[in-house]
Amino acid sequence: MTEFFDALRQVPLLRYALFAGIFSSLAFGVVGSFVVTRRIGYIAAAIAHSILGGIGIAIFLSRTFEIPWITPMGGAFVAAVVSALIIGLVSLRAKEREDTIIGAIWAFGMAVGLIFIHFSPGPGVAMESFIFGNILLTSANDVITTALLSGVVLVVTAFSYHKLVAVCFDEEFARLRGIRSELYYLLLLVLLAVSIVLLVRLTGIILSIALIVLPAATGARLSMRLWVIMILATLLCLSYTVTGLAASFVLEMPTGPVIVVIAAAVYALVLGWQKLRPQS
Amino acid sequence: MVATQTGERWDAAFVSDMSTPTSIVVHGVTHRFGKSTVLEDVSFSIEDGESICMIGPNGGGKSTLLRILLGLLEPSEGRVEVLGQSPREACRSIGYVPQSIRFDPLFPISALEIVLMGRLDRVRWGRYSRTCRTVAREALATMGLSDCEHRPFAQLSGGQRQRVLIARALAAEPRILLLDEPTANIDLSVEEQFLDSLQELRRRMTILLVTHDLDVVEEMGDSVLCVNRRLHRHSLPLSPETVTEIFRGGRRLEHDRRTRHRQGDHSNCVHE
Repeated sequence: MTEFFDALRQVPLLRYALFAGIFSSLAFGVVGSFVVTRRIGYIAAAIAHSILGGIGIAIFLSRTFEIPWITPMGGAFVAAVVSALIIGLVSLRAKEREDTIIGAIWAFGMAVGLIFIHFSPGPGVAMESFIFGNILLTSANDVITTALLSGVVLVVTAFSYHKLVAVCFDEEFARLRGIRSELYYLLLLVLLAVSIVLLVRLTGIILSIALIVLPAATGARLSMRLWVIMILATLLCLSYTVTGLAASFVLEMPTGPVIVVIAAAVYALVLGWQKLRPQS
Repeated sequence: MVATQTGERWDAAFVSDMSTPTSIVVHGVTHRFGKSTVLEDVSFSIEDGESICMIGPNGGGKSTLLRILLGLLEPSEGRVEVLGQSPREACRSIGYVPQSIRFDPLFPISALEIVLMGRLDRVRWGRYSRTCRTVAREALATMGLSDCEHRPFAQLSGGQRQRVLIARALAAEPRILLLDEPTANIDLSVEEQFLDSLQELRRRMTILLVTHDLDVVEEMGDSVLCVNRRLHRHSLPLSPETVTEIFRGGRRLEHDRRTRHRQGDHSNCVHE
């Protein structure tokens, strides 16, 4: 383990990955708790997959028209927010079955991404690094962006906490109290979209779903208070990213999968312990 | 349609002649979902301070009428006034109590947090004021739940959950209380205590209570609205013929089950 701490001092990339993991954990713990208690984990999965569409379009535009400020992460951000709004608006307004639109966005986003990457000029795009994460792609700018977006997610949640809880628990009653509950539901989905984008570098778009759901699901097994679940989920997410990063460095394994395996193992342990312990 | 000797149709002329203040006025309301007519030419009014029960078979239009009164649904035809305003404008003056069974039992939330939702429109800068917390605690105390303040909703009994939802409605300091089948999911052994709490509220505000339970109707109602596409108002007590006509079949069993409970036969009770 000492070699990991030595490397942290010497290798900037590792430090960037660590700080990105720490900052994104703050947003993940809070937003993940809403996702688990509101039971919208499948929406998180759809948003995560649709991000590939934004990444593909961004790469195509930046290479074809030589626009340097269009970055894959910018494309991911736009795609995530647009997908969240489409899923939210369609399920609220169009009376369409929510699972249908989620499935459609999920597959459509990936398909669009693959088509645009196919037509992108220049060297081949390493899709794997976006899907499963690659800490070697983390930059100092990514760390700053992650810190800023996490800060925005936390501040917005702090000011909307009671209204978001009310909308998640009883949307109809919130509306009767004069709250624009549709707006707050959309806000929750946008916060979720922003959070998913934060971890694309570290765990990739698919594995980020696990870090949204698993720490909060573990926290929900240990407490019946939402704010306690949020604190537990944040601490768990932090420890998963730090230990995952260290373990993957020491064992020379890919970081994203190691983080997710640790998160899943802890969830399984807590679940098993609760099922097997003698009932008092 | 319910035919009864005590039945009385409330029409617009009757409503407009009244000099006492009215909480709710419904005039000629018809509502359709696609081609099916759920409510047809429904008219009635409820005075300030009245306690009215609404009964009728499943699918008879009770829930639709409730949603129209709350402003959650616009009627296809007709006019609705609540406290002299449109339902949407007046909804903050209505304390709505839904059935507790429709909530996610695993949602991590305490009784006090739920009751505070009654003050949601008063949240400033993301925080409830000290007054909001005091009012919410008083509402919990009114429903006899002061010691359950911090208990998770999931760990409360059916009767306690229903009382938490009433406390949430009271925290909004409403002028009208609308309750949707409040005794549907609570055990008969705690029902009496629950109805005592409602009797207390009856002195303070107008109550409209949807129920399938004829004992609740007789205990809580000044009169009863029978909704089965059309609406008829009956005075109380209901004649046996009216009861039979209203609840043909299964619903009568609920009445019998409750009568047996009162007579000391608890074979059908699940004690909380």
